[in-house]
Amino acid sequence: MLSDREREEITEELKRHAAPRGACVDALRIVQNHRGFVPDEALHALAELLGMSAAELDGVATFYNQIFRRPVGRHVLHLCDGVMCWMQGAPAVYAHLREHHGSAAGETTPDGRLTLLPAPCLGQCHCAPALLLDGEPHGDITPQRLDTLLAHCHGRG
Amino acid sequence: MGADDRPLTGRFRADGAPLSLAEYERAGGYAGLRKALTTMTPEAVVAEVDRANLRGRGGAGFPAGRKWKSIPANAAATRYVIANADEMEPGAFKDRVLMEGDPHQLIEGMAIAAYAVQAQTGYIFLRYEYRQAARALATALAEAQRAGYLGDHVLGSSWSFALHLHVSAGRYICGESSALLNAMEGRRPVPRATLPRATTAGLWGAPTVVNNVETLCNVPHIITRGADWFSALGIGPPSRRGAVDGGTKLYTLSGRVNRPGWCERPMGTPLRVLIEEQGAGMRNGFALRAVQPGGASTGFLGPAHLDVPMDFDSPEQYRSRLGTGTVMVYDDRTCPIGVLHNLQHFFAQESCGWCTPCRDGLPWVEQLLLDLEAGRGRPEDLEILAQHVDALGPGQTFCALAPGAMAPLETGLTLFRDEFERHVREGRCSYLAGKA
Repeated sequence: MLSDREREEITEELKRHAAPRGACVDALRIVQNHRGFVPDEALHALAELLGMSAAELDGVATFYNQIFRRPVGRHVLHLCDGVMCWMQGAPAVYAHLREHHGSAAGETTPDGRLTLLPAPCLGQCHCAPALLLDGEPHGDITPQRLDTLLAHCHGRG
Repeated sequence: MGADDRPLTGRFRADGAPLSLAEYERAGGYAGLRKALTTMTPEAVVAEVDRANLRGRGGAGFPAGRKWKSIPANAAATRYVIANADEMEPGAFKDRVLMEGDPHQLIEGMAIAAYAVQAQTGYIFLRYEYRQAARALATALAEAQRAGYLGDHVLGSSWSFALHLHVSAGRYICGESSALLNAMEGRRPVPRATLPRATTAGLWGAPTVVNNVETLCNVPHIITRGADWFSALGIGPPSRRGAVDGGTKLYTLSGRVNRPGWCERPMGTPLRVLIEEQGAGMRNGFALRAVQPGGASTGFLGPAHLDVPMDFDSPEQYRSRLGTGTVMVYDDRTCPIGVLHNLQHFFAQESCGWCTPCRDGLPWVEQLLLDLEAGRGRPEDLEILAQHVDALGPGQTFCALAPGAMAPLETGLTLFRDEFERHVREGRCSYLAGKA
């Protein structure tokens, strides 16, 4: 089942591709933007719309780091796993998240606030360690700076 | 060095915001596209870029002109041009800098490339995490469309060009150009067989040119100022093929230096100059142990190799590569086994799983390095690692991911030999950096 809004946005993307399946990553992301993740019923509806089997579309969806097939928290934190960030303090940031925010890599906090995902190099190596908080980059992260960022975004919900 | 010597970044605004269309035009932008469309045949554009010997800035160094020329003369009319903006090599952020700072430069380069090969459709294949670049590109695409640089009858000519932004969803392998094509077709993005080449049968089976962002950004300048001007910018020694690698290079610098960041310098600038002038040297209390000159998939250089010119061929004398010009500087207080483990974790995770040596070999390498780093290694582990260097090397796997992963392992096994042996002998790691 797709909402009218989702269907409308996907139809717009279809115009940019020579065949409907070319828009499948866009379509998965559109659903995810609206629902936070891609549930099974949406996957089936998308597959029909794009002329693919659900299994094949799931094979594409699960290949990508940024398509979520399970629910995530209200905020998503991607902490860079790259070698420059590892060398310059990322392990201490992971430890801080675990010890002070109850947040483990690959998991969502029990209150549903925060999902922590290790990310391949984010391309912010000049200000390592770096992270993305709800998609926006932040650099030179220390445990203290992380606390400030999280307090700010939790303040918004 | 003036803005003339920094064609790619000399026009950047001081505040880092992207140039608007008006600003880009005032600085001479779109003059290259206008010149190509009004005074040059598509063949002449290809010939000029070919003469400039513009080598691919995504790491492989394949000449763009030769790639464009390889579209068969009798190929079908439907053709594509794709900018590979899926920058995910650990350490690399040069393409992000170019797209955030001057999105129109990429658009103009793509339009000229598309005119040269007579493509009517183009895509910018952008990595998911580059949200700021996506915003800058979306704005610039709309501006260029309104101004007639894109769309039907570009600048009143008979040629039309539709250019779209495609935001990917995060996998390193998508930067491999044939995997990128599968991704664009909505398939699981595993690489394709080398033949046929994309220029014969690429996206949806049509002739397709895939070029790196930085490569395409050079094109307007080559058309405006000519191949001779471009060639004269390089300062390295003559390459194997006889010519000096021309142009500038956007080098990035990270790690244990005082001033990490990026700089545009003549192609062939010595590594030492980048570290000492751009990076302002090593941070206080740290000595340089090793450098990866071109990203995670390039071999380590040691302190004795710093005078190497950073052009395409020179680093090969030390079994390394220019790669993306992504300089990563490692110090003597960071465990080099830990560095290797981090790198191999990345490659093992990002292996697409299509071919067995890569899918099964890389996790084994990662595990061995983890054991060695934790002091659980055995002397024979070093032999097993060396065997993987051969078993996952060039020619043994479907694409270049695993051979790329083996480059730092091979050079690391030599350069850090005493560190490996010390970990085995002492049964522990004595370094603090990288530990929580």
